[in-house]
Amino acid sequence: MRILVAMSGGVDSSVVAARLLEEGHEVVGATLQLYDSRGAAKKGACCAGQDIRDARAVADLLGFPHYVIDAERRFKDSVIERFADAYASGETPVPCVACNQGVKFTDLLGLAREIGADAMATGHYVRRVEGPDGAELHRPCDEDRDQSWFLFATTRDQLEFLRFPLGDMPDKAAVRKEAERFGLVVAGKPDSQDLCFVSDGSYVDLVEKMHPEMAGPGEIVDQQGQIVGQHEGVMRFTVGQSKRLGNAARLNGERQMVVGVEPGRRRVIIGPREKSFVTALSVRDVNWLVDAPPEGLVCRVQMRAREEPRAARVVPTPDGAMVYLEEPAMPAPGQACVFYQGTRILGGGFIRRMEETVPA
Amino acid sequence: MVYLDANATEPLRPQAREALLEAADLTGNPSSVHRAGRKARALLEQARNTVARYLDVAPLNCIFTSGGTEANVLAMRGLGQGRRFLIGRTEHDAVRKGAPEDAQVVWLDVDANGQVQLDKLEQALAQDETPAFVCLMLANNETGVLHPIDDVVLLCRKYGAHLHVDAVQTAGRLPLSVEQSGIDSLACSGHKMGGPKGAGALLLRGPAPARVLPIFEGGGQEQGRRGGTPPLPAIAGLAAALGAALEQPRDLAPLRNSIEQVAVAAGAKVFGADVPRLNNTTSLALPGKRAQAQLMRLDLDGICVSAGSACSSGKVAFSHVLKAMGAGDLAGQALRVSLPWNVTEQDVARFIESYTRMAQSPAAIGLVDSVV
Repeated sequence: MRILVAMSGGVDSSVVAARLLEEGHEVVGATLQLYDSRGAAKKGACCAGQDIRDARAVADLLGFPHYVIDAERRFKDSVIERFADAYASGETPVPCVACNQGVKFTDLLGLAREIGADAMATGHYVRRVEGPDGAELHRPCDEDRDQSWFLFATTRDQLEFLRFPLGDMPDKAAVRKEAERFGLVVAGKPDSQDLCFVSDGSYVDLVEKMHPEMAGPGEIVDQQGQIVGQHEGVMRFTVGQSKRLGNAARLNGERQMVVGVEPGRRRVIIGPREKSFVTALSVRDVNWLVDAPPEGLVCRVQMRAREEPRAARVVPTPDGAMVYLEEPAMPAPGQACVFYQGTRILGGGFIRRMEETVPA
Repeated sequence: MVYLDANATEPLRPQAREALLEAADLTGNPSSVHRAGRKARALLEQARNTVARYLDVAPLNCIFTSGGTEANVLAMRGLGQGRRFLIGRTEHDAVRKGAPEDAQVVWLDVDANGQVQLDKLEQALAQDETPAFVCLMLANNETGVLHPIDDVVLLCRKYGAHLHVDAVQTAGRLPLSVEQSGIDSLACSGHKMGGPKGAGALLLRGPAPARVLPIFEGGGQEQGRRGGTPPLPAIAGLAAALGAALEQPRDLAPLRNSIEQVAVAAGAKVFGADVPRLNNTTSLALPGKRAQAQLMRLDLDGICVSAGSACSSGKVAFSHVLKAMGAGDLAGQALRVSLPWNVTEQDVARFIESYTRMAQSPAAIGLVDSVV
């Protein structure tokens, strides 16, 4: 069948293209240009100018058509600006989810359908399993490279159309070996990492440039508004964090942590670590990959990119879902809360700020 | 493969191929004094005479360059000192970005058909004492639309302006006389006439050799106006291609019109249809269908056309030409079909079949930009 392969120019998606071609499919390569490649692109991050050339070189070597898709403006609007705005509203966003959800799985996937492709494949480490009720999304075999958390917003309709051929790979070494077998120049290329669109400096500089009101030092206050310390910039703080609090890290013999961020006033609010944990949280923009039972379901939830899932009960609400944790935890607003059952993703949503959380 | 992208580059004409190969076998450098050099020099001057004759300038007012971009930029930099630049909004990037950095630039608006607005041109010419350097292309590369060049010449004369035309798409396709047209300078390119890539020419009206400040001086070739060893094989090919193109003209309008007829029936809009255009070119927009997707779909069917102007990264850029014509969203939904000199009826039939199928398929709701 005709398969559009989203190629970043890295090893993973190059191997995907090579494998599908070997399997006899009609492969069409596409690389998204997400930002001006003439700028200083960060080494090791995906989608820069060199990466487009690499993707094209792979396509030329293997002999399938390859296209560069201009998605700069969409990426700026739907990923970078939303990323900065989320910080400005006191959240800790996950731009990779927004990118997968919008630019990749809506726009590029739409283009794939438009050119008459039967499927779209990516180099994501996640497994797609044909289940009795349609396609299911699972964690990959290689736990170290698990990207399932970043893909929770994939809709069922998108999932039907998508393919993730690397989900079964045991580890990265195996992928590199495949790349060598196909003679791909990208076999030894470093992995992409961090935020692809942050070219130099850090995401802190980027956000502060877009929201100057957030730049500069400010106060650390306790929940009563009492000033208990100073900080260098609100951007460096996320709810749940204990680091970078200086002398305020311990107050009245109690370990403190960040319980809120007020970017407009450049204030970081802290509270005693143990007492601030919650057992209920509200999530918005929920994507269900199963038919959610109205009474809710028992599962495990993962609230950060790298952490052990926790036991919880998730109950759908008209505007999202309520998540009831077995053990208290400190969810960070803006991060994803993804519902798992075993290796399977059942759904997920974005964590609301506490003040927006209305317990069911 | 069906190749309908002549305005990007024409297929090599057999006469050009022959001249190219013959010149490639000549060892001499045209600047050398020995017999090998003389032979090369003779071939170079023969090519110069040919081009000068067909386009009607004095032979020494034909300056060979590496291509159309260099010819345009050489005119702008080498003839435009001390002048204000009046540049059409639908010019090729070679010209849009060709003015010297410190130069004053006034952009000339076009109407919905892509023709320069004469009243605006006159306004711009009259608005300042500083003499003007006007840049307008004879035929647009995306739409094929021709400016009313006779009227433009009259206005430029009236205000003492220099008129430079980019004739990259016109030379070889329409008969041209630089001397009689009143154009002051004209740029053309070999591979757009069916010659090899790598050579172009700047032609100047009036007594020869006209003075042009070189962009790079080098060894003083081309009467000190363009340094660097001339690419003789490409130049010989250019001259042969120009001759062949003008001696054996082919009216591609019937084939082009048959494409437009079908496209319009399939829901397409044709740009510039109401004004004089090149016979081989059509710009077709399908409302709601991104140019990128159209291009990919046709390419996967083995059909080569283009959209906007090809950017070096290979992405489909937004069409500044159609935008200047007020096309709005359609500027991101248009394809350019340009028939080459050797197009066949079967080629056109295959295009029509593929295009119709594409036009009838549902467009996805995606929003990948490039369509802005």
